[in-house]
Amino acid sequence: MTDLTLHRGISIHRIGAMILRYWYLLMSSWPRLLELLYWPALQVVTWGFLQLYIAENANFFARAGGTLIGAVILWDILFRGQLGFSISFLEEMWARNIGNLMMSPLKPIEFLLSLMIMSMIRLAIGVIPMTLLALFLFHFNVYALGLPLIAFFCNLIFTSWAVGIFVSGLVLRNGLGAESIVWTLMFAIMPLACVYYPVSVLPGWLQYVAWSLPPTYVFEGMRALLIEHTLRTDLMLSALAINVVLLVASFGAFLALLRSAKKHGSLLSSGE
Amino acid sequence: MTENDKASSRPTVADRVSSAAIAVDHLVKVYKQTRAVDDISFSLPHGSITGLLGGNGAGKTTTIAMIMGLVLPTSGRVRVLGHRMPDESAAVLGRMNFESPYVDMPMRLTVRQNLTVFGKLYAVKNLPDRIAKLADDLDLTEFIDRANGKLSAGQKTRVALAKALINQPELLLLDEPTASLDPDTADWVRAHMERYRRENNATILLASHNMLEVERLCDRVIIMKRGRIEDDDTPGAIMARYNRTTLEEVFLDVARGRVNGAKEAAR
Repeated sequence: MTDLTLHRGISIHRIGAMILRYWYLLMSSWPRLLELLYWPALQVVTWGFLQLYIAENANFFARAGGTLIGAVILWDILFRGQLGFSISFLEEMWARNIGNLMMSPLKPIEFLLSLMIMSMIRLAIGVIPMTLLALFLFHFNVYALGLPLIAFFCNLIFTSWAVGIFVSGLVLRNGLGAESIVWTLMFAIMPLACVYYPVSVLPGWLQYVAWSLPPTYVFEGMRALLIEHTLRTDLMLSALAINVVLLVASFGAFLALLRSAKKHGSLLSSGE
Repeated sequence: MTENDKASSRPTVADRVSSAAIAVDHLVKVYKQTRAVDDISFSLPHGSITGLLGGNGAGKTTTIAMIMGLVLPTSGRVRVLGHRMPDESAAVLGRMNFESPYVDMPMRLTVRQNLTVFGKLYAVKNLPDRIAKLADDLDLTEFIDRANGKLSAGQKTRVALAKALINQPELLLLDEPTASLDPDTADWVRAHMERYRRENNATILLASHNMLEVERLCDRVIIMKRGRIEDDDTPGAIMARYNRTTLEEVFLDVARGRVNGAKEAAR
């Protein structure tokens, strides 16, 4: 077998092996598949009906049709993207398989790349049906956003990976006792990312914090598009620049936490 | 040949260390206040089977983990197949493998799926043939398409051994490979390890509490206690030195601090 390698000996075969491992796992368990579909569908139905109710009773929301349901879908890309990344990582911790992987020729960057690809696959399984549900029930076609949707998606998925890489490093270093961070960290970002309201609502000093988070630019950009019909490329480029910094920083943090785990022997006792 | 020529053709300490399968040099690991491994040195030649003995907390697992690169030493050096660990681990990880009670194979994946994934990670050529051969050698065929989580302890151990052999490693690190196995299965696993070493000239480092296993398999025994090497020799030489007829008796002497008395009695 000829091994295909990318930059610095990154092996496509090893990345493929890890994706195959997660695919086998996903296909072996219908509850895992159902869980991917269940929460996004529940979210879109709940918020979609709320949007309908508000639109009937408030002139502003009638004009700004889709901002709530659009925010729900974009938030789910961010949240599910991170969960898709982190759950694949946690599967290795739960299975006590991390030692096997770390002792194999798999490199940390290949491991992380396979988790990124799995987050996309898991996201596609959960979010595509969600968007179709929004179209069918509420006549909100997220795909009608066109090219801006790609910019929104890329920025959100990059942030989700940066958060996923960082929290995976924390779990690697501290064991499954740190698992709750995986499920909750993104919710700490939620009020600051201004998912459902404009940044101007926040107190002045908190706005600086909000503008340091790439998702804030995406949600502002989405509102500009849906309410003012303006594509804010400046916001998308700012988000991209911050995302690049976040991804590099999170990868550095992951390597530092992995080294710390090896120093403290955490890889041999990856339990609580 | 002059005396100088003879001297220059003699292997130096550095040569012996660089040609060894494993060379451990003044290795220390400190966890907070505990010295888990305390200044140990040894080197293992290619093709040897060495037993690492010691009670719980003696430092065997930490030593093996440092050799694998899973734990960073506080000080000292480890060379594996001529490469510094963990800095040059990328050069050797594909040539070695391990089995340990501290890790599991993914439970929901079938045996074949697990071996396929690890075979791909190790870039094994003709993988389906390799899996078929391992299944045949280790008697896995009957349950090869069953989920790993549905196997008995003995079957899981054989699967873990198959994973450890998937890349035909030059160096095999085994931590308690026959723990929790019935005598028949354990004997069967030992026979397979002996055959594998013979046919592949592989180096095996084996941590075990089973003294009969170590006596049967190992050319050499390293006994550890509280992180230090207490003794290091062939099983026969160690038993003679302690004036004992089994390694189990030697182990008890070491564990219960009767070392000096036993050695003096032997003298």
